[in-house]
Amino acid sequence: MSRITISGAGVVSPAGWGMGELRDFISSGRVVEPELLERTTSGGLVVSTPVARVPPLADRSLLPKSPRLRRASSVGKFSAAAALEALGDERLQAVVSGDLRLGVICSMMNGCVNYSNRFYGEVLADPAVASPILFPETVYNAPASHVSAVTNSTAPNDTIIGDGAELFIALDMAAEWLCRGDCDAVLVIAPEEADWLSAEALRYYDPSILAGEGAAAVLLETNGSGPVLHCVPDVVSYAVEADRKKALGRLWSELSAGQGENSLWVDGRVGVPRLDAAEDSVSWSGRRLSTRRMLGEAMGASAAIQLVTAIDALQQGDADGAVVTSVGGNQGVGGCVLLPGDQSPGNGSA
Amino acid sequence: MAYRADQQRNDSPRTVVITGAGIHTSMGAGFADNAAGFRAGRTAFRPVDLFDVSRQRVGTAGQAEMPERPALASLGAREWSRMDRGTRMALVASHEALAQAGISGEMPVCIGTSAGAMPIGEDYYKNALSGTTRGQLTRVETYQPQRQMTRMMASLGIGGPLRILSNACASGANAIGHAFHLVREGRAERALAGGYDGLAQMVFAGFDSLQALSPGGIPRPFDAQRDGLAIGEGAGFVVLESLDSARARGAEILATVLGYGAATDIHHLTQPHPEGDAALLTMTAATRMAGLEPEQIDYINSHGTGTPLNDVAEANAVARWAGASSASVRLSSTKSSIGHLLGGAGSVEAVICLMALRGQWLPGNLGVREVDPVVKFDLVREPREAEVKHVLTNSFGFGGANATLVMGREVRS
Repeated sequence: MSRITISGAGVVSPAGWGMGELRDFISSGRVVEPELLERTTSGGLVVSTPVARVPPLADRSLLPKSPRLRRASSVGKFSAAAALEALGDERLQAVVSGDLRLGVICSMMNGCVNYSNRFYGEVLADPAVASPILFPETVYNAPASHVSAVTNSTAPNDTIIGDGAELFIALDMAAEWLCRGDCDAVLVIAPEEADWLSAEALRYYDPSILAGEGAAAVLLETNGSGPVLHCVPDVVSYAVEADRKKALGRLWSELSAGQGENSLWVDGRVGVPRLDAAEDSVSWSGRRLSTRRMLGEAMGASAAIQLVTAIDALQQGDADGAVVTSVGGNQGVGGCVLLPGDQSPGNGSA
Repeated sequence: MAYRADQQRNDSPRTVVITGAGIHTSMGAGFADNAAGFRAGRTAFRPVDLFDVSRQRVGTAGQAEMPERPALASLGAREWSRMDRGTRMALVASHEALAQAGISGEMPVCIGTSAGAMPIGEDYYKNALSGTTRGQLTRVETYQPQRQMTRMMASLGIGGPLRILSNACASGANAIGHAFHLVREGRAERALAGGYDGLAQMVFAGFDSLQALSPGGIPRPFDAQRDGLAIGEGAGFVVLESLDSARARGAEILATVLGYGAATDIHHLTQPHPEGDAALLTMTAATRMAGLEPEQIDYINSHGTGTPLNDVAEANAVARWAGASSASVRLSSTKSSIGHLLGGAGSVEAVICLMALRGQWLPGNLGVREVDPVVKFDLVREPREAEVKHVLTNSFGFGGANATLVMGREVRS
């Protein structure tokens, strides 16, 4: 029986570019410093919205120059940087030379909002002169396309959209592709970029939500040496169970997550009691991390940042099993269980 | 569905059949209306009146009539009022497919869309610019396609889980391909799959900005003087089911899904490789999975947008795929009748292929005045009667998403 293992992880977040920056930030227990986005409405009202931004890229080696990325917006660049980190140099060369078939799955909620904002602004001003350069970058699958182009991969490439639990559908799809032999490895990437449009939109749900941005990526293979993807239950759809606590309860029973003092749960709580109520209601005796509280709500990317945090903890020996969950806003509740790389499925404590 | 490391995998592929189909386009509402229109060789374009097109180069599209709210116990007037055009068309097409199949309940739902509920997002944007906050939470919420599709599923009594694929103009075909795999591999007994997109100002203006729209408003795929595509809107859905399940229920079988191929064209974000490399990959993969040779494909519903670059790439791919039998390949683009339905195109065109299989006729590639020299196949310029056992449909999208589906009339266990 093949095991699905996680051979690499990459991340771009308000903590910085790369897994090391994220690890240092999480271990410090800090909360990100927001910056204010300001705009003026047509009526002259100044609207200020705090946002947790990704800091500027200092190390150019983390995002090599590529013609495809020249015009890409932040979401495309975050995707590429996280993907390349997860892939690593050796595997990248294998993909480029055609020795490794690399599938790409991009999971997102909001997508290319920055260019959409600019392009639609131009359309409203005068569609006759709206920029043809902007429009293609507004399409949901532009970031995934860039990743395939940068890695020279013609293998399947899918973009899926959904709420904050969408990542777990992407993981299930990746496992499906690997089990079927569609690819030798699959990159699952979840990127988002912040903009006043999305930042203000989040605050309609609760004014205390801090919008974030970034991307996280994982490289999945069969029978590798990294942490094991032990299970990814079906996302429990709100079409079946509209009550979030009950939906999480149903998911939790499918996860069968045992818990010991060295088990880690990286949950999806954002710091708003009403929105966190479902995950607050679960009894958990192990360690627990809530990365959205530290880094902001990055919509589709947040669950992936949770995932790479859990993977890093397993790789660093800080946990002997991990659970990752996300209670989505309007589609469903998802999660997964991970085990350390040296454990067979079923032997972990999470 | 669900992945578990200790789960045994089913290595014996199952036969997948289609037991329900639904469609809504500018050609008409439902399978029968659309079949009659395509059989008669009608076109369905009209002036766009949903948003201001006075400053666009083009003012027409395959704009559909909005459907009436279906009589569903769990679909109230308020919920219907919160659904965008695309979702409404998706709902009625899904409803038709499920009604024909005679099933509901928990099953995976795979849906393709490119724009989602974009018109609601446009309203949100305009209100935000002016500083209006009233109604914005509802707009934010209902702008999200997963919210709309989850409510649609609840209205139809379908449990999910839900996969929304957004691979630009290949999304609908990809959605059917995903559902096909789920049923074929025994991860689901049945699945609802399809795609949709409603007209949206931003998308319309986007294609116009790229000068991809035909200034005359009439697309002429594979014409030597073709000058662009026409945008359309609509939805197409099918119920896929294992043959065993369909037979056990005594369901009528409309067709068998025989093959699916997906690949990525990395040539350019919006332009296909001129030789159609990725299209060749998907056509080859899908026919190989189906166990068919190119000469056994009786009809190809091409992607055929009517843009200069797309049609050359696809024609080259077809020639490379078919080889010596190219001249006998019968092919048409139904985008010449209803336009390009973007995220809905692949699934709507799959449903049109079902019409061809059921009715034993080929839809026409209308409006061609002079066939492009790149065409080495039999371009079906008017609807015609034909024996149709196997069909193939191509879908290609921005970002290089390429997909091919192969279906057959007869059941092959």
